[in-house]
Formats: sequence, structure tokens, C-alpha cells
Amino acid sequence: MNEVILYTVLSLTGLGILAAAIIHLVSKKFAVQEDERIDKVEEVLPATNCGGCGQPGCRAFAKAVVEAGTLEELHCPVGGNAVMKQVAAILGINAVERDPFIAVVRCSGSFEYRKKTNIYDGESSCKIAATLYSGDTGCAYGCLGMGDCVDVCDFEAMYMDEKTGLPVIIEDKCTACNACVKECPKDILELWPKGKKNKRIYVACLNEEKGSTARKECAVACSGCAKCFEACRYDAITVTNNLAAIDPEKCTLCLECVETCDVRNIITVNIPDEKIKSATDHRIKMEERARKKKEEEKLAAQAAQQQNGDATKQA
Amino acid sequence: MRLNKHKTFKTGGIHPHDNKLSAQVAITPLPLPKMVTIPIIQHIGAPAKIVVNRGDMVKTGQIIAKHEGFVSSNIHASVSGRVGVIEEVMDSTGFKHMAINIRVKGDDWEESIDRNDALIEEIKLTPKEIVNRIMEAGVVGMGGAAFPSHVKLSVPEGKHVDHLLINGVECEPYLTADHRVMLEKPKEIIVGIKILMKALGVQKAIIGIEDNKADAIEIFQQLLKNEKHIGVEALEVQYPQGGEKQLIQALLNREVPSGGLPADVGVIVHNVGTTFAVYEAVQKNKPLLERVVTVTGKSVKQPSNFLVRIGTPVIDLLIAAGGVPEDTGKIVSGGPMMGKAIADLDVPVAKGTSGILLIPKAEASRSEIYNCVHCGKCIEACPMGLEPYRLLIMSKKGNNKRAKEEHILDCIECGSCSFVCPSNRPILDYIRLGKTQLKKQKNV
Repeated sequence: MNEVILYTVLSLTGLGILAAAIIHLVSKKFAVQEDERIDKVEEVLPATNCGGCGQPGCRAFAKAVVEAGTLEELHCPVGGNAVMKQVAAILGINAVERDPFIAVVRCSGSFEYRKKTNIYDGESSCKIAATLYSGDTGCAYGCLGMGDCVDVCDFEAMYMDEKTGLPVIIEDKCTACNACVKECPKDILELWPKGKKNKRIYVACLNEEKGSTARKECAVACSGCAKCFEACRYDAITVTNNLAAIDPEKCTLCLECVETCDVRNIITVNIPDEKIKSATDHRIKMEERARKKKEEEKLAAQAAQQQNGDATKQA
Repeated sequence: MRLNKHKTFKTGGIHPHDNKLSAQVAITPLPLPKMVTIPIIQHIGAPAKIVVNRGDMVKTGQIIAKHEGFVSSNIHASVSGRVGVIEEVMDSTGFKHMAINIRVKGDDWEESIDRNDALIEEIKLTPKEIVNRIMEAGVVGMGGAAFPSHVKLSVPEGKHVDHLLINGVECEPYLTADHRVMLEKPKEIIVGIKILMKALGVQKAIIGIEDNKADAIEIFQQLLKNEKHIGVEALEVQYPQGGEKQLIQALLNREVPSGGLPADVGVIVHNVGTTFAVYEAVQKNKPLLERVVTVTGKSVKQPSNFLVRIGTPVIDLLIAAGGVPEDTGKIVSGGPMMGKAIADLDVPVAKGTSGILLIPKAEASRSEIYNCVHCGKCIEACPMGLEPYRLLIMSKKGNNKRAKEEHILDCIECGSCSFVCPSNRPILDYIRLGKTQLKKQKNV
């Protein structure tokens, strides 16, 4: 009996040692040579595998960075500049600073402003509803409110506000990974520069219909009245297809446009009300001054004309 | 053992209750509306180009939007009056499209249109002229898809067509528009068939009619007694027999290849309503400006078949049929299987609107969705031989490439899979999503 146990143990141990030796030799002989830096880079990446960088996961990003040898075109939006600095240090190349982005919701059509014209009772998915028809409110451009964007968010940075029926982005959690932007069938979500001190403004409407129609559909729709366009001194606002849009690169956050919007649909984030008020006061003052100047000029011109007339008469 | 010896298609198929409430109600012309809204895209293909301006006076039958390109269709004024606003309106597809509003004044027809009811049997035009006339008259498939008829009649070179099939199946429950046209205009339809045969140069035509319309079958059998080249065939009731590919399988036992057209197997299919429109276009020079629309539903006071001018708001039809019953949960444009709920009562009747169906609240809402139990009923029901439950998963996961390999684009959207699913899964919804996304990718 003892012999059986002894032989079993011995033979199995022998087999084990043999197998270990083979594995060791094979692993030496067929080892895949991989750049060590890939592992190092991967370690500093956030490991969310969200695909926000355009690569299918963090390891692929690490590989791409090492292969490219430059950070000009590759950027991890989740890690941001801090992580990219570490990556640059590992690779011994220059870090490229990029302004952080954040997703914004470009629709303000809450239940209160945008009345439902019909009831949708199909599959609860914005994508499906968008293949069927233009939506359960009059506005064909607005949010469908079934939260496909919330479902794809890996960072729990969004939720649907039950009172408004619109998605809300939690500023601290959003990493600008672009997942919600890609998912939205109405293209309501957009990546927007986070701005200095997280201050930013944007137009929260995409309705391209004529002003009167748009307002019938939604009480806060952009009617394309161009008042904001006229107020902007930096050419940052354009009005195309009855819709105003702010160019974040040109916008200086002077805030003078904000109160020109009669439905207040230029959304301000992290900006105190007093600042808006003072900007508005400043704009009104400037406008007043410009008007007075114009009047004075007009009067002066008239006076000059009269003098001229008198002079000719006398002559 | 089947007692019924009539032909039918063999792949898949389902048997919903047919509920043909308005089958015995004669077609009545609807009084002229006050205002019509005519969308410039009522067909598959490119939208027509508007050729009138606001304020213009138009006559009934005048072209108000011209076809752009070959796969497109002319749009005619269905009434006489003054052109109002030209703007985007919600149509029966659920999306907003450009449409021309016309405020009705009198009923002043174009002089070139023969409004006499007398039957004209002699076909004077050459095949080419026939196709041209049909194109000018803006005739499109009236079974629902609204594919421009002249395109179907222009068989691509290298393809030989030997059969013309006339689709009198009307497999959608509730709808009776085609049935009534067959009962009331059989002689005109036969002339229409002859016109189509001449245009295509085919020697054989078969009218396929489901055997729940025995009266229509009998009429055609009587009228076609002495015709050698035109036959009528009774078909066993089965949905979706009215689908082109299913009808070809049922009548000729030929299978259209995946991604192919009926012309690939030597067949062209036209609906009976279209055939009647072809008769009117060719013999009477009358463009497609009115059609028969069934207004029906279990609690509708007077289920009816109306002859309606294109562009008439749906609400007018509902009022004429006795108003909207209180228990209405959904108003559907088309039949219960493939129709689409409309989101607005001002939606205009288009060339492809075959019926308006009012579904009571109790039947309208969707039931609770459960998990897939892999019972395979959807596979059994699919008339195209697809595996719908798998296509749903692929579409949901966004795996469109795989779905394409599994022939998602062959789906005819008949809804049989969703109809039979014991877990009430939204199968067709997701298949449609996958198809839409694939088409978008193709366009990009």
C-alpha cells in the first residue's frame, strides 16, 4: 500500500518538474519581445477602457503612444493633462497640454416648456424612437428623454432629471469620453471646452425651424432673433438656419450676450448672477453711449449742413 | 392534412384575425376638404421639386411638384384653389417633410383629364408612351410602400420578365380598400392589367386574391372566362402574403434571391389599386390625385371605404366615419401589422395611405417585456427565413456588420416576429434600428 503512494507521489512530482522545465524553456525561446514602456504607460493610465481616446482600451492606447513616439494626436481625456505628463515623462518626450472638455446638453426643452403632443409607448430607447418618428413633442430637434446617454455613461456622470425630463451632467465626474455624444440619435450632447475656472456659456437649443414655429413647439426655443449676435463684440456668435451658436474659441466670456436672449437660453455655468448683471449693465451703458454719440453726430451733421446752406444763401 | 387546397407561401407566415369590418361597405367619395396639405415626398426615392409659389391658383390635376431624377414621382394638385404656405409638416411617416398647402376653391379640373366614367378598352399608346404617361401621372405603388410604378415597369437590361402578378391579396387585417376596388372596378382593373402587360411585353398575368374575398375571386373568374393570358388564383389566407416576395413564392413557387428584385426571377408585381390608377392615368389621362382609404376599427361607428383626395387631413375622414370613439388608444395609418401610429390628427392622406385604423385603448398598449426563452417562434414565423431573435441582439449591441451578414437587410418589416413572440419582445423595433444604421453607414 505504501509503495503505491510512494510511486504515485514520485511519478507525479517527476512529471511536474519535467513540465515546469519545458514551460520554462518554451517561455524563454518563444518569448514575445514587447516594449517595456507599454506596460509602464498602461500602469499610469486610468484603466477605464472607455474608448474616449479613440483606441479600443487603455492597453491599445499605451501601444499606440509608444509606437507613435509623440503625443501630438493622442490624448487620454479621462486622465487629462496630469496623466499625459506622466506618460510623457516615461517616454521622455514633450507633453502636449490640452484644454479639458466636458459634455453639455444642448436642449432646454423641459416638460414645462415643451408640451407633449402625443404619447410614445414603444421600446424605451431614444434610438428606437428616433427611427420611428420625430418625437413625442412638437420639436423634432429636441431631447427624446429616454436616457440612452445615461445608459452608456461608464462614469456615472449623468442622470435623467425627473422634473425636466432632460439629462444632467455631473461636472466632477464627466471625463469627456464622448460615449454619450456618439449614442445620442439627436446629437443633443456635445463636447465643450470646460473653460477657465470651469466657466462656460453655450446655447442650449438645436431647433432650426423658423422662430414662430420653433416657439410654438417649445417656449424656450432659439428663434434665431440674432440679438445675441448683435451684442457680441468678438464675432463669437453665429446665426445659421435660425439657430444661434457660440464659438467657444472666440468667446471671451464677457457675458454681454446672456441677457439679450428673451428666453434666457444662453446657459451659463459656474458664473455668478452679479457678473451677468454687471455685464448687462455695461452693455446697456455702452449701447446708450453709442446711441448718444450717433445722435450727436447726426445733429452735428445737420448743423453743418444748415451752416453750409446759410453760407450758400448768403453768397 | 389541409382541407384547403389553395396555394400559399411556404416560409413562415402567421394567421392574425382578419376583422374585415368594412368589406361590404361601398366606396363613397368624401366631400372636398377646406384645405389640403400635399407632402412633396410621398414615395420611395428623391423628393419632388416644387414648381408653384404661394398665392398661385392651381387646377385639380395640375403638377405642383416635379420628379427629380428617375426614382421619384410627380405630385399633382388634388384640388383646385390657391396655394398657401409651403412649409414642413408632420406626415404619416412621423417625420416632418416639406408640403404644399392648398386652400380649396371650387373643383376646377385640368381640361386634359377625361372625367367620364365610361370604360375605354382600346389601348392606343405604345409601351414607351405608357411608361411615360404613368411617370407623368405620378403613379406609385398603392399597397403601402409607394414605390414609383414607372421604375418597376422599366425592367433593367439583361433581365427577362415572363409573368406579371397582380396583388389583390390585401393580407393586412381590417383593410378593405383593395377589396372594394376589385368589386367595384373589375373591368377597369382588367384593362389596367392589359396596359401593364403591353408595357412590359409579357404574355402571362395572374391576379392573386386571398380566399376570404370569395366575391372578388368570383367576379374576376366570370370576367376572365374567355381570357387566355390573364388568370385569377385563390390563395389561402396567410400573412404577409401581400409581400411581393411572398406572393411570388405562393403563385409561381419562385424565390427571389437575397438582396434581389422580383425581376431577377422574371416577375413584376403590381397592386390592384395601382393597376386601377394605371388604367386611369393611361386611358383617362388622370394623374394619381385620389385614392380609396379604409377607415375602420372595432368601435368606429361606420367603418367605411372613402374615395379621398390626396392631402386631406385624417381628421376629416374620422369625422365622416362617425367621429373618434372615446376608448381610442391609437390611430394607425395603414393596417394593424405594418401601419404606423400617427402623432397628429392633421396628418394628410398620402398616396400610400391604405387605411386609417382606430385601435381601442385595451388593445393599443404594449405588454410587459420578458426575457427571450429561445422558443424559436419568431424563426418559424419569419417569411424571409431569418432568425429575428438573434438580429435583435446584434442590433441592440450595435453589431451591425454581423447583422448584415445574417441578412438583416432582407427583412420586410412585416412584424410577424413581434406578433408571435410570447415574451412580447420588441424584435422588429431593433431590427429596424439595425437596418436604419446600416443604411446610414452606406450613405456616409
